[in-house]
Amino acid sequence: MSELLQLIANGLVTGSIIAIAAIGLSLVYGILKIVNFAHGEYLTFGAYMAFFVNVTLGAPMVVAVLFAMASTALMGILLEFVLWRPMRGRGAGLMSLFIVAIGLALVLRHIIFLVWGPSPRQYDVDVFQVYDLGPIRLSLSQIVAIAIAFGAIVLVGLMLARTRLGKAMRALADNRELAAVTGIDIDRVVAYTWLLGAALAGLGGVLLGLVQSSFNPNMGFTLLLPIFAAVVLGGVGSAYGALVGGIALGLVMEVSTWAALAGGVASVYKSVVAFAVLILTLLFRPQGVFGKARYV
Amino acid sequence: MSTLASPGFWAFVGVVAGIFTIFALGLQLQFGFTGLLNFGQVAFMAIGAYTMAILVVTVEMPMWAAAPIAIAVAAAFGLLIGLPTLRLRADYLAIVTIAFGEIVRYIALNQHDLTGGPQGSVNIGSPETPASYNDDWLAFQGKVQDALSSVFGNVSKDTAMLAIVWTVAIVLIVVLQKLVKAPWGRVLRSIREDEDASSALGKNVFSYKLQSLAVGAALGAIAGLFFAFQFSVFSPADFDPLTTFFAYTIVILGGTAKMWAVPVGAIVFGVIFAGTRFFDFPPFSYFDSGERAYLRLIIIGLILIGLMAFRPQGIFGKREEMVLE
Repeated sequence: MSELLQLIANGLVTGSIIAIAAIGLSLVYGILKIVNFAHGEYLTFGAYMAFFVNVTLGAPMVVAVLFAMASTALMGILLEFVLWRPMRGRGAGLMSLFIVAIGLALVLRHIIFLVWGPSPRQYDVDVFQVYDLGPIRLSLSQIVAIAIAFGAIVLVGLMLARTRLGKAMRALADNRELAAVTGIDIDRVVAYTWLLGAALAGLGGVLLGLVQSSFNPNMGFTLLLPIFAAVVLGGVGSAYGALVGGIALGLVMEVSTWAALAGGVASVYKSVVAFAVLILTLLFRPQGVFGKARYV
Repeated sequence: MSTLASPGFWAFVGVVAGIFTIFALGLQLQFGFTGLLNFGQVAFMAIGAYTMAILVVTVEMPMWAAAPIAIAVAAAFGLLIGLPTLRLRADYLAIVTIAFGEIVRYIALNQHDLTGGPQGSVNIGSPETPASYNDDWLAFQGKVQDALSSVFGNVSKDTAMLAIVWTVAIVLIVVLQKLVKAPWGRVLRSIREDEDASSALGKNVFSYKLQSLAVGAALGAIAGLFFAFQFSVFSPADFDPLTTFFAYTIVILGGTAKMWAVPVGAIVFGVIFAGTRFFDFPPFSYFDSGERAYLRLIIIGLILIGLMAFRPQGIFGKREEMVLE
């Protein structure tokens, strides 16, 4: 039983990171019909920005996290202006934008490779500090990650539910034309969506780097398909769906390794479990758990 | 002598370009002609290479029997993947196929008993002896080399490989060109342009898509076989999603919906890919060779973005045939 509790705790750690990374991907997908294949690199970028502040400059981790979020948000908004908006202006369709996103992913990932090299990096934190919470053991990084992630999730949830901007984002993701008719300034909301999505991706990247204890420039790409799985599971364009989908996916990935479940899945196949969830969702409920069937 | 001037090096580049031509022909059929966004093409390459190697090493089958089986297995996987997924929207198909490709790679990486694990094909079968599946192929390649040498005088092994790969590639291009000009190919294009219209005309859209996917998968497997023959060993790392993206770059560079544009795309790509390795003048000389590998991938990413922004139809494609809805 304690094994199961431990897996659930690990699942919440992974799941909350996937969830905050999935919000941006889902909103951008819903609003702009961009399948942002470079979203994984936004995470990686955030992780290395924090590395720069925390290790190269020797500043505390809190500063590093804030800097990572700010710089990733800046990159997100910059790319909207120099890349995505001009591409939309040229009337690029879904497939074109998909391929542009792949090109962007290659560029960003290998710039990071070029600057920081392929060797694994670590933050200046005590990775051996472990706490016993009843039957489960979590590292300090895991506890910090889960606390920050849940804090961010609650704040983003409130922002989406209560503020004008949040409502506008959801309205736009739900039905772009209808939202435009009601007088929502689309360009402005799109810009804020990139800002929010990229900042959360940057945060997710730092947290992922923390809980993995070491990371390399492929880190974000490795998590990209599980993030997509969370987006699809929650329903494309649904921010709440991405949150719930992310946490559910994290739990499924970890609990699938539980030995009591017919021996459990070998832990190397955790990602394969996520891909299977993705494929099964698309086959049986392509609109996702929270999506509406008319978009499929 | 500088590597850039060495004929051996360019023969190698030519062989790789030929293998990628065959690989990208499958994608041209699926993506260029049918409008299927298959991002898991590398999986079929992996299935082709692994099936052949496993049959030869573990079952001790002759390579000439194992190779056709490997192609058939890949085509069967194409059908298997297509059956549930081809009804999905284009973007969902893309995500599912990339997930399929990753599943295949994870299995190759972790099912040590079957695939040899991370070290790849040398570890297939018994752990004591390094496995080799290549004897039959090298014997054949030697015969081709002798035959060519008797005509042209002293032909190298690489040149023989170059001749074999490109002969196969050209035969495939001719056959595929016939196929896409035939009614079959016209139906594929009509599906790409307007799925509903072609099903309104009584075409079984689903069945045609499935055929396109399976034929493309078989082409991917043929490329996988040549990949295995050329390099004698291969490992799961050779089949990461990047390989599929290279094939997309080739198809888009040459131009979509033109079979003979694929080898042009592949050669341009091959020159960019291999040639930049040896650029030893500024600004390239500021980077060491490992860094230049990253620089190369940055350039390829920029080419993809640039093509999509400024010339989505590629070198030879027609703008109105670009399926990027």
